[in-house]
Amino acid sequence: MQKMLSIISNVLRGTASKNGARVVLSSRGYADFTQQATFDIKKCDVHKLEEGPPQEAVLTREEGLQYYRTMQMMRRMELKADQLYKQKIIRGFCHLYDGQEACAVGIEAGITLSDHLITAYRAHGYTLTRGGTVREILAELTGRRGGIAKGKGGSMHMYTKNFYGGNGIVGAQVPLGAGVALACKYLGKNELCVSLYGDGAANQGQIFETYNMAALWKLPCIFVCENNKYGMGTAVERAAASTDYYKRGDFIPGLRVDGMDVLCVREATKFAADYCRSGKGPILMELQTYRYHGHSMSDPGVSYRTREEIQEVRSKSDPISMLKDRMLQNNMASVEELKEIDVAVRKEIEDAAQFATTDPEPPLEELCNHVYSSEPPIDVRGTSPWSKLKSHS
Amino acid sequence: MASLRWIVRSGKNAVSVVLRREIHRTASASLQVTVRDALNQAMDEELERDDRVFLLGEEVAQYDGAYKVSRGLWKKYGDKRIIDTPITEMGFAGIAVGAAMAGLRPICEFMTFNFSMQAIDQVINSAAKTYYMSAGLQPVPIVFRGPNGASAGVAAQHSQCFAAWYGHCPGLKVVSPWNSEDAKGLLKSAIRDDNPVVFLENELMYGVAFEMSEEVLSKEFTIPIGKAKIERQGNHISLVSHSRMVGHCLDAAAVLAKEGIECEVINLRTIRPLDVETVEASVMKTNHLVTVEGGWPQFGVGAEICARIMEGPAFNYLDAPAIRVTGVDIPMPYAKILEDNSVPQIKDIIFSVKKTLNV
Repeated sequence: MQKMLSIISNVLRGTASKNGARVVLSSRGYADFTQQATFDIKKCDVHKLEEGPPQEAVLTREEGLQYYRTMQMMRRMELKADQLYKQKIIRGFCHLYDGQEACAVGIEAGITLSDHLITAYRAHGYTLTRGGTVREILAELTGRRGGIAKGKGGSMHMYTKNFYGGNGIVGAQVPLGAGVALACKYLGKNELCVSLYGDGAANQGQIFETYNMAALWKLPCIFVCENNKYGMGTAVERAAASTDYYKRGDFIPGLRVDGMDVLCVREATKFAADYCRSGKGPILMELQTYRYHGHSMSDPGVSYRTREEIQEVRSKSDPISMLKDRMLQNNMASVEELKEIDVAVRKEIEDAAQFATTDPEPPLEELCNHVYSSEPPIDVRGTSPWSKLKSHS
Repeated sequence: MASLRWIVRSGKNAVSVVLRREIHRTASASLQVTVRDALNQAMDEELERDDRVFLLGEEVAQYDGAYKVSRGLWKKYGDKRIIDTPITEMGFAGIAVGAAMAGLRPICEFMTFNFSMQAIDQVINSAAKTYYMSAGLQPVPIVFRGPNGASAGVAAQHSQCFAAWYGHCPGLKVVSPWNSEDAKGLLKSAIRDDNPVVFLENELMYGVAFEMSEEVLSKEFTIPIGKAKIERQGNHISLVSHSRMVGHCLDAAAVLAKEGIECEVINLRTIRPLDVETVEASVMKTNHLVTVEGGWPQFGVGAEICARIMEGPAFNYLDAPAIRVTGVDIPMPYAKILEDNSVPQIKDIIFSVKKTLNV
């Protein structure tokens, strides 16, 4: 047990050096792990591009374990949120991301934390990849003072450095993302912005307005359409005259990517990031993915699709299983090792849930704070003229 | 010779002096400056002062501004800082808000605020509410500016006043300048403010010149947002107004003074946060209140002022009900005679004052 935990902690701390093999050998005691392997990945359909991302991806053991751990953490976090919602400890809107983990993890693997990202309301996964902790995410969902937005934002309004939410109005985040990209170009730091939206939002007019300006001004913006086949309860064929979302940018080049394969997403993101950083302007990626849950916790998700369909995706295309199988089949990890990660993840989730259910709610003094930035305290009218509340910046 | 002295004293760049109209020197080293030029100066100075400030909107660059407010700025600052947008308000307002979130300080011009309705989701949901929703993690330092309210002969879809709509929303600051000094000082403050500011100009005021003192002409002159100004002292009645109607109130006050009625005219300058203390102090002195605005009556600026006076210490000082003078509750018609009778005229203000004072 001790040996297993030390292997895992070594790997996760990234101590695998050039002599990685030797380190592993001495800790593990029997057969080596393969330190890296090359995998074939699905070819991306391209639009207005001469060529697409490579059809092979190199995965190191370290990367594999990291992607596995993050995706598993994301999966279990969302399932915990499901549980807490059913216990009525989380209220209001809760849009879960399970099934789509490869998108968030793959994108983050293709950019850096000094790049920028914005998404819509199915945002818990991105809050995690962009530096949020499970503790502060769950505590935000339960509306406690330890939440990432002190309990004042909720599920759809979580923020971290270079992560602009979490946005509740469908499509509004896309122009915002292009604006962030404009700032990147203006400030000249070779950063870019990933601007995500769903297949439902893809028909929004403001997105086409944004495509136009981003292309005109060559903004370093990667538009990403997470196509999970359903806009709330409406299948894509019933909402879009053209479901080739990667072509909808028209004059903007596009890629259609297997969003269930974290390596495919990563390679496509790297390709797209290179494109943007070379000053050629925006690019569009459609990630074909799937959500296991309904649109939100109020939607059972089976009135507009069959349980068989959901089950089929789970058994054949689950992103975590796909990565796990790849690693096991190529001797990049052991079953026990991955089980240990699962146990560690479960523990972290339990601890976070414990915190999220016991942390107190924000104090009432917090009610009127953060209306304005950089201001001396102001008076805010309460529910009646006698109720004078204070607002601090 | 006189022109040389202005350039030296006011430290203004020669190009902008030449471009200004209606200039003549007065004895106290002040200048007559139009509201348009005051706005131009404010933006020019703030663009120079802070590299992160930039202007975007329809026709703001190469056309010099639909109403010439941004004249000369593109020539001086170039494509990076003065950006012409396509006619896509929702898109470019969103882009402006995103740029503000990422650390720039955009000035987003709406050709008129009527077009801001297309983008109003970005103003309210993306700009106004974000600092609160993020519990202070994400400020949005942006200015939305443009002409607001009635113009001349532009009919219903181009004449609406949005003071009440934007003034309703927490998280926004809403500013409504009247004269050149207001325009310059408040726009500079708005640009320097770390919050989203809706800056409501008035097209009919753009060409009107006012005296601006040396102090006002200086590059560091700002007016604090959230403070009203008493434009005229008086003892008999308080006239509270914003934007163009302030001028009408002063004209009405001049006529009434001849009949021995002394009006105190208050220029709100800011709609949100509203400086109710200045209004209360005035009402406690004069015992009578009439609000004057160009917008519609229902749920308007005047309605809010009256409600707050009722709820506060000044109520006990009222000798008559507080009254609102407003635009007529109809979409704006086109024909001149109809249009003229759709907005408060000086005679309407005088009539309401006399009714309130029961004379």
